[in-house]
Amino acid sequence: MTPAEKPLLKLAGVRKSFGRNDVLRGVDIDVAPGRSLVILGGSGSGKSVMLKCALGLMTPEAGQVIFDGQDVTRDTGREREAMRARVGMLFQSAALFDSLTVWENVAFRLIYADKLKRSDARDRAIETLRKVRLGEEVANLRPAEISGGMQKRVGLARAIAANPELIFFDEPTTGLDPITADAINDLIIEQVRGLGAASVSITHDMASARKIADEVAFLYEGRIIWRGPVASIDNSGNEWLDQFVNGRADGPIQPAL
Amino acid sequence: MTDAVHPAFRPFRWVGHGTIAVLSEIGRLARFAAGMFGAAITPPWYSGQVWQQCVRIGFYSLPVVGLAAVFIGAALALNIYTGGARFNAEQFVPNIVVLGITRELGATITGLMLAGRVSAGIAAEIGAMRVTEQIDALKTLSAPPNRFLYAPRLIAAVITLPLLVVVANIIGVMGGWMVSVGTLDFDSTTYIRNTLDYMTAGDVWAGLIKAAVFGAVIAIMGCYQGDRSQAGATGVGRAATLSMVGAAVLVLATNFMMTTLFVRIGL
Repeated sequence: MTPAEKPLLKLAGVRKSFGRNDVLRGVDIDVAPGRSLVILGGSGSGKSVMLKCALGLMTPEAGQVIFDGQDVTRDTGREREAMRARVGMLFQSAALFDSLTVWENVAFRLIYADKLKRSDARDRAIETLRKVRLGEEVANLRPAEISGGMQKRVGLARAIAANPELIFFDEPTTGLDPITADAINDLIIEQVRGLGAASVSITHDMASARKIADEVAFLYEGRIIWRGPVASIDNSGNEWLDQFVNGRADGPIQPAL
Repeated sequence: MTDAVHPAFRPFRWVGHGTIAVLSEIGRLARFAAGMFGAAITPPWYSGQVWQQCVRIGFYSLPVVGLAAVFIGAALALNIYTGGARFNAEQFVPNIVVLGITRELGATITGLMLAGRVSAGIAAEIGAMRVTEQIDALKTLSAPPNRFLYAPRLIAAVITLPLLVVVANIIGVMGGWMVSVGTLDFDSTTYIRNTLDYMTAGDVWAGLIKAAVFGAVIAIMGCYQGDRSQAGATGVGRAATLSMVGAAVLVLATNFMMTTLFVRIGL
């Protein structure tokens, strides 16, 4: 990020604990408009908690979450909704509403928040489904009737349906075979670039990180201990990141067994 | 960690911890219920969700409520006949059946049946939504769960429970009539006339007011336990059990409180 670029999202000194377990111990991170930031970290390192703090699904005990220059850390009302209207999210499990059809899932925000007519919302949903390579024939199916890879694509379609400026991806390729995972990565790149949106992804899938990231940050013991361009992760000089990138059991990070 | 409390004082500590835990739970439940009521009485309302819940809570409960009511009405008539025979009061069967059903049993049986069928169902559904991140997804899509999930269930339960109780009252009285006419040799016309003559609007209103309160109790307990559900199948199952038990106990407790109030005010 050049000094002139104002970050779209900034986390400053964010702390979050559960009982005596300090999960986030002062996270500082930001992402500029149109940039793709991937946050790497082991299982239980606090990546999902960080994402939930950024989205306002959890309130940090200390620190600030700043979206487009506004401090939204403790907002609960209209300010928070105004932020969420500009943000999309792809959950790890896709988190599709199983009582609704595929197209109703995709058009959810358009129907219930943007108050679009159902027929117009359905047209937009079908159009968005096409962007993620899903045909109209799946539109009337329920989430339980489609495969895991298709559910991820529907989740992606839901995340981009309202043209967000910032999209969060929580483990977008977890549970998918390598070919489907690569297809999801391609779709993420295509759609995020197509929208001109910024993205924040959390993953421990190195293939995914190398493909979708402009920049990579490494979360360890509740802090960002390294950040840099994706091209430099193989020669970062950081022994923790080096161990993680190469998937070695021996090194400063103890396996979470 | 060393225990600094003298063994003789440990019971006081247990009582203290228990009291704090109970008061905390009551506080959390009261706050949650206040949020639900707030969302139910202020816009925006999701009318489609309310209608869907009216069908699920009200319409789909008709068979179970109807069946329970007919058996209760029939058994009540037999018991009153047998008991009344001890002091030559068999002829009061229609009067006491209609009084018992409209003032007490119609609403209470409906409340208890729905504590099992509806409250546990709501808790399991919302609990499953929580553990699969669907509740978080709702928030990110600008549909607060309080308004989109909980308030429609509360509104639907408060509307449909009284309607179900009307049905339960009619079917319950009919159950008493069937047994009385079929096996106890009552004259059908006389039975119906006695039922209608003895029934007052106050009796019916008492049952309907109770039903609306039971509806609120059932929806609140289901949503509250579902919202607090812990991860995994065990957590969701526990939420369903707690909601059913909590709703059933609260239905009986609020029934007693409202009956006391109605007696005091002469309803």
